[in-house]
Amino acid sequence: MRQVRRRAVARRAAVAIALACAALSGHVPALANDLVMNRGLGPTIERARGEKCVADPAFMRRNHMDLLKHQRDETVHLGVRDAPASLKACIGCHASTATGSVAVAKTDFCVSCHSYAAITIDCFECHASKPQASASLPLNHPQAGTVPSKQVAQWRQNSAQAPGIR
Amino acid sequence: MNPGRDSGARMALSGRRAFLGLAASAVGGVLLAPGIHLVEIAQAAVPGAATTGANPKVRWGLLIDTKKCATGCTDCVDACNSENGLSGLTGPTDAQWIRKVEIKEFGTGRTQSLPVMCQHCAEPPCVDVCPTGASFKRTDGIVLVDRHSCIGCRYCVMACPYKARSFVHEPLTNQKPDVPRGKGCVEGCTLCVHRVDKGQGPACVEACAKAGHQAMLFGDLNDPASAIWIRIREVSTMQLRADLKLDPGVRYEGLT
Repeated sequence: MRQVRRRAVARRAAVAIALACAALSGHVPALANDLVMNRGLGPTIERARGEKCVADPAFMRRNHMDLLKHQRDETVHLGVRDAPASLKACIGCHASTATGSVAVAKTDFCVSCHSYAAITIDCFECHASKPQASASLPLNHPQAGTVPSKQVAQWRQNSAQAPGIR
Repeated sequence: MNPGRDSGARMALSGRRAFLGLAASAVGGVLLAPGIHLVEIAQAAVPGAATTGANPKVRWGLLIDTKKCATGCTDCVDACNSENGLSGLTGPTDAQWIRKVEIKEFGTGRTQSLPVMCQHCAEPPCVDVCPTGASFKRTDGIVLVDRHSCIGCRYCVMACPYKARSFVHEPLTNQKPDVPRGKGCVEGCTLCVHRVDKGQGPACVEACAKAGHQAMLFGDLNDPASAIWIRIREVSTMQLRADLKLDPGVRYEGLT
């Protein structure tokens, strides 16, 4: 009898643990995201000069590389300059107030995240990591929130269907 | 979401759209009156193409008056160096986008001085030989290197009859925000493409005019109203190594 009871208890405990895991699993990525981005476990991200980025910060975290890569081809081959997603525009807002750069010190905007994520970027072997000395830095991005609205909409739709780390 | 696949699909879509647009205009071209060319319709069918970025109707070019180009004057070279962040050194491993060439006639001893840079050929051999497509000609005739796909093989350096391309041998720092440059890539005169896209002329032309020499003229070789087009119609000009039939966009006046 005791053995049977023990087995039943163990089974119930296993079911409870499984249920708890299932319930938590949806929140674990969100929890991890919260720990990384809001509670100091992630990279230090210096506040940008502008008030608003060209798209949601969460979207930019995931997709900035695609925007930049798309824009670089448009700029080099088609001559489309001063587009919202241009590297120059990014650097204009995100250059550190201390070093004036996005990639000189370890706390600078680009390097801070990429060293945290263990990704080597070679953008700044060729590109200047500081904004043009003469250019006045924009207080607000001239095309804030305007960028690739189609992509942003698609991303919102996808992330609504499958919530997780953003 | 898969951004790579998404952008690939978008590119394929835009390719299909471009093809359909062209096909539609081809049908339209058949129906339209003679004198209206298919090409014009195709260009008109792409809204925005002419307003931002390189305009396919334009062909940028230079006219250099060697009679006004003084021996020993390096205003254009200095302007190029400071605009594009070049060192200005002339060693075998230093990049030179424009250089002054002094030529002397053996019989009479007559000397002439002229700047030589990328000639922005209509049929650029550097583009023909490039294995990665990094060397390319923009729709407005400016020949460029896409450093993102340049592998530094230097075939273009060998192919260019004007010795207009340089290779960057050493790591660089303090590049200009408008002119990214880096080790391992080939580079050459861009006709100051970052300025041209803003509606300005190349730095060398501006410096030459500012110093009062007026030996360089920049403009659209396709526009009958442009100063360069009018001048080329009026006076005899020549292309360097015209025998190669590369149709350079840089022309020289007074060079004999």
